[in-house]
Amino acid sequence: MRTKNLWRHAVLIAVTVFAVFPILYVVSAALNPLGTLNSSELWPTGASFGNVTKLFSDPHHDFKKWLFNSVLIAGLASALSVLIGLSAAYSFSRMRFQGRRPALLAVLVIQMFPQFLAIVTIFIMFTKITELYPAIGFDTPWGLMLLYLGGALGVNTYLMKGFLDTVPKEIDESAVVDGASHAQIFWRIIVPLVTPVLAVTTLLAFISTMNEFLMANIFLRDDGSKTLAVGMFGMLGPDGRDANFGMFAVGTLITAVPTVGIFLWLQRYIVSGLTMGAVKG
Amino acid sequence: MRSGFVITRVLVLGVAAAALLYAVPPLVRTGAWVALTTLALAAAGLTYLYLTKRHVPAKYLVPGTIFLLVFQIFPVLYTFTVAFTNFGDGHRGSKLEAARAIERESLVEIPGAPDYALTVAEDGNGSVVFLLVDRDTKRVKVGTAEGLSDLDGAEVSLTGKVLEAPGYRPIRAGERDAEVQALAVPTNRGAIKSSGLSRAIEFEANRKYDPACDCVTDKVSGEKWVASEDKGYFVNAKGANLIQGWQVNVGFANFTRVVTDPNISGHFATVFVWNFAFAGLSVLLTFALGALVAMTLHDSRLRGTRIYRILLVLPYAMPAFAMLLVWRDMFNADFGLLNRLLGTHISWLGSPTGARFGLLLVNLWLGFPYMFLVTTGALQAIPRELGEASRIDGATAWQNFSRVTLPLLLVPLSPLLIASFGYNFNNFNIVRFVTNGGPYPVDNNLVGQTDLLITYTYRLAFEGGSGQFGFAAALSTFIFAIVATISAIAFRRTKAQEEIYS
Repeated sequence: MRTKNLWRHAVLIAVTVFAVFPILYVVSAALNPLGTLNSSELWPTGASFGNVTKLFSDPHHDFKKWLFNSVLIAGLASALSVLIGLSAAYSFSRMRFQGRRPALLAVLVIQMFPQFLAIVTIFIMFTKITELYPAIGFDTPWGLMLLYLGGALGVNTYLMKGFLDTVPKEIDESAVVDGASHAQIFWRIIVPLVTPVLAVTTLLAFISTMNEFLMANIFLRDDGSKTLAVGMFGMLGPDGRDANFGMFAVGTLITAVPTVGIFLWLQRYIVSGLTMGAVKG
Repeated sequence: MRSGFVITRVLVLGVAAAALLYAVPPLVRTGAWVALTTLALAAAGLTYLYLTKRHVPAKYLVPGTIFLLVFQIFPVLYTFTVAFTNFGDGHRGSKLEAARAIERESLVEIPGAPDYALTVAEDGNGSVVFLLVDRDTKRVKVGTAEGLSDLDGAEVSLTGKVLEAPGYRPIRAGERDAEVQALAVPTNRGAIKSSGLSRAIEFEANRKYDPACDCVTDKVSGEKWVASEDKGYFVNAKGANLIQGWQVNVGFANFTRVVTDPNISGHFATVFVWNFAFAGLSVLLTFALGALVAMTLHDSRLRGTRIYRILLVLPYAMPAFAMLLVWRDMFNADFGLLNRLLGTHISWLGSPTGARFGLLLVNLWLGFPYMFLVTTGALQAIPRELGEASRIDGATAWQNFSRVTLPLLLVPLSPLLIASFGYNFNNFNIVRFVTNGGPYPVDNNLVGQTDLLITYTYRLAFEGGSGQFGFAAALSTFIFAIVATISAIAFRRTKAQEEIYS
């Protein structure tokens, strides 16, 4: 190590410690045999899987169900919203029609208004929907998922139009000559070409849906219908704040492992996905 | 290709038909004709769109547009209208519903009124009805929500229980308890309600609503409450009101309340200033640390860059909601890690300043990896020769950074920084999870020292038992206006507009 780079390593090590110590604390709390907040240390003092068994057998906290709900809602909502955004982006990028410019402008403006600001009326609206259609009302994953799809067109379309504009038009023009329909061009040519970008967009949408609490907390009151964010928040409620911390830490790690894995795997694309997002404003 | 055409059509029509089959019956049952007409028109429009070969762009735009209209644009417009009403707990329904609720609340037993033996039964539609046997005359009557009527041909036991009746099926009273409790059979004087499992008594409303004077009168005390259309309450001569009110338009009252209500205005100013400070400082701090790390790593001769990169983005990949709670508990005064490591007993989030610094620190931890990633991307686009050239010209490292690198970084990154400001301006999760708005001033438990506008709005509507939907909607409208301003600035600064016209 040359002296010139010493200060660089000093800075990087300091920031890395700051970045890593809370995660180390979670790992240590997950392994902590006592499983309470009070006894959790930064460095593991013992190693036991007691918290894991406790988490999966706790009758008061249905972690498996929450995990299932979260993956179901976030998985379907992010996949469908990317598909909805992509199909709108396809028509904006490849077709010329009346009202195209005002529509694009509208999409750009709408995406700046987060949906959850209207939470008061969303609540009033879904109170009515729950009366009429209990299957898509409160306490169901489907109502929340439909709600999340409301933001689909706003958030992704502009970004993906940018991706599609970089795909040469000559490719689909030659397909038209060969007699392909617009649907065939979309499914067989466009979708495969932008798959890496779609993967990143879906992953980012998935992560943000998993973390959504504001609307989920109002929608999902019944314990069996909760998502991880709502359920695990309740796990550390007034009664369980100290005692449940070990279980909570295990739950955090179980939630983190798949996303961290995919994240590190796709990291190269994520940087380009985020910077391409720079055009979206 | 033909078969593809046919299959898509069959699929689309099948899904549409199934959705209609599910959606129509409840609307017919409740007589929601406007909704029904809208639904029918939408279904017809969709069927046409996906059967015709024309209007290709619309086929790709319509699915997203429907969701956008129903779940985003409609709620937003609806928010603006609710903001001008007093909608909330105590002001939910119409005036007539409020009057009925007042009458129901004031029911008292009529002295000397006939005493009925009660048998609960189901009618042909499965609705709960009362079969009532007058203990003196032994005559049998049927009581429904519509009123009383005579019943002939019923078989009555010695105790007054109806054993069999034509057209009705007696059930055990406990079976549908909630409906039995709720059923009130209207009579000339008041209503007949169940009293225990096998007895029903005629009640009379002590307070009655009279449409002629548009007022509620108490029969015993003779007191009078007159309907006030401004307030949505029945108000007596002393200015006191009955609890049950109804929804009325209150004009700009919800908006002016922010300034005029002394319980709100002072705290609101604090929330407002802190909200801007939080968003601005969050962007500044995360960008400063992220850029520092990115530039430190931006040296191809450095060893170990891979491992640094992996460790540094970990906070971004961890589930944010869970890590926020972990941070909250690290700050905990009694059990927290910080106090145990330092051997202190400090309530870190107990003072306003401490809580604010805590939030900024937690947000720095969560947010700097994102800034690190995007700055790394932007740095790669800046040619290294620029820095070398300025160094030859005698620039110091700081001059090199502030005059060359930073301006070049800000060109691609400023839209992202503005977006990050907008995101943090409404960063609900961090405040809700780490401090929940606290600490709270002693004189007010609805608005805390670290509340953002969005968490304050949320508490007004859904927590703290206040249920002030109208006022919360007014605050939402206010946030919308701020977001619109931020967006307008962002919009002017990006080249987005030009791209549309390309």
